Amino acid sequence: MTLRLTNTAKTYPDGTRALMPTELTVDTGEVVSLLGPSGCGKTTLLRIIAGLETPDPGGEIWFDDDNVTAQPVERRNVGMVFQSYALFPNMSVRANIGYGLKMQKLPKPEIEARVTEVLEMCQLEKFSHRSIAALSGGQRQRVALARAIAPRPRLLLLDEPLSALDAALREALRDELAILLHKFQITAIFVTHDQDEAMAIADRVAVMSDGSVVQSGTPEELYRNPTSAFVAGFVGNAMHLKGTSDGKSLTLTGGVLPLDRDGAGQDIFVRAEDVQIDPSGPLQGQVETVTFLGTHYRVGIKGIMPDIVTSIFPGQNAPRTGEVVKVSIKPETLMLLPKSGVGK
Amino acid sequence: MFRSKTKILQLTVTLTACAFLLVPTILSVLAGVTANYFQGISSGFTLKWVFRVWELYSGSIFLSLWLAIACLISTLVIGLPAAYGLARHPGWLSRILEEFISLPLAVPGLALALALLQLYGSLKGFRASWTFILVGHVLYTLPFMVRSILSVLAAMDLRTLEEGAATLGASPWQRFRDIVVPNAMPGILAGALTVVTLSIGEFNLTWMLHTPYLKTLPVGLADSYASMRLEVASAYTLVFFVLIVPLLMAMQWASARAQRIAQ
Repeated sequence: MTLRLTNTAKTYPDGTRALMPTELTVDTGEVVSLLGPSGCGKTTLLRIIAGLETPDPGGEIWFDDDNVTAQPVERRNVGMVFQSYALFPNMSVRANIGYGLKMQKLPKPEIEARVTEVLEMCQLEKFSHRSIAALSGGQRQRVALARAIAPRPRLLLLDEPLSALDAALREALRDELAILLHKFQITAIFVTHDQDEAMAIADRVAVMSDGSVVQSGTPEELYRNPTSAFVAGFVGNAMHLKGTSDGKSLTLTGGVLPLDRDGAGQDIFVRAEDVQIDPSGPLQGQVETVTFLGTHYRVGIKGIMPDIVTSIFPGQNAPRTGEVVKVSIKPETLMLLPKSGVGK
Repeated sequence: MFRSKTKILQLTVTLTACAFLLVPTILSVLAGVTANYFQGISSGFTLKWVFRVWELYSGSIFLSLWLAIACLISTLVIGLPAAYGLARHPGWLSRILEEFISLPLAVPGLALALALLQLYGSLKGFRASWTFILVGHVLYTLPFMVRSILSVLAAMDLRTLEEGAATLGASPWQRFRDIVVPNAMPGILAGALTVVTLSIGEFNLTWMLHTPYLKTLPVGLADSYASMRLEVASAYTLVFFVLIVPLLMAMQWASARAQRIAQ
């Protein structure tokens, strides 16, 4: 199913604009992630699509050729996985998963068959007769997903489905969820504040800030070609190199960096993996911190610009704290973005 | 156990307190099954007085049971939606409403009854019917039902549960039936038992509202104390016990269960 939102905004009764007028199209079978910090309007957008919030007049929501704007949530046929899972404590795992099918008034044998099928898909057969209280966090998450998917919804919506889990489990379930979503071949929208989660699961990521979608694209596009300082900072933690640029070079406290493009009037960003410790580099600074992270070291260098510049050092012999090092940055790895007052 | 003087003292106090509570009860019950109380137990045991009570007051017993059931149905019909509404819309207005519903708890039953008599006393048909007493009972027991359900509902994330059901295609009524009511059940059960127990045992208010043709169980009890021989009055107490004690025990069990869930 193709989802199309036009001019959809949300203003709360107290005047807060949670969502600026937004256009969004999600194609059949696509898994889209809404990524942004808390309070950016991503959950509001998801709830509007579900029908749990009413958009401001003027907005329209289309499921294929169906205008569902005025339809209540129970008639939209969407599946939703809530942050807290919202599993019914008065029902067993089986009954939870079968509830949506019961609401569709399917005959009993068919409900049984479909619940069994979904239980198998989500590897929950062993727990089918348990009560919700007797499940672990990861199992609950799978039941919530199974319950949402069982009625074969037109659209699957997931609101921070992994945030209630502890860190180790979150990473394991992230990949599992990505596999399941693609196995279902369902159009899905996934809300998260965690860029790793968005990148791992989604075909396309829409980055949101202050109530609007600032950039939307594949994870690679967002990472390599951010169009704003916000996206560069939020996706992949790019650093803003604070100095003065005059067309051909960027002057920093720790030296002068050549540019291959005209950098005048632009903010210049770089990612830690593109900052190389190199004895012939044009920049000079002093090592402030060295963190060993298994596959590499993260080195914090002061003196290049007012903030610390972080470099990823993949080798064996990392510099020591206090050491003076030379640093080079390839001009093509620099990201030149329009100046914005708010950049991270 | 008897190692120290403190322990012995504790035991003595406990046993004395128990005796203080139990001896009158046992004496009263014994009086109800003794052939002639003034001759003592030597006159032999009999169930004569219990049957006598049944002859004289079975109407009161049935009226009380009927009132309790009617009161339970009324408080459920009013209290369940009320508690649901209060739980779904928390805020200062709900707080005030909740306090308002609870007001009859603080006002003595006599004052409540007087107010009802002042307001409706002139409506002869209503004044003389059992529904008049029912209104008093509902006023008095409603806060117990509402609070009991509300405490269970407030302990869960009702809004999200309902939203979950809604995304699965459940209409507002189906959500109420399938999600709200089953999850509120421990509160409903505890509230129901409290309401029935209170309604059967209520005296203050009922005594003011009753007519000679409408005596409830406790009003009949007062009547038998005032005008019957001691054995009949005692047998009445026995009957009252048999009705109310199992209810009280069930209530204890149910409210303990509801509290465990509300935590």
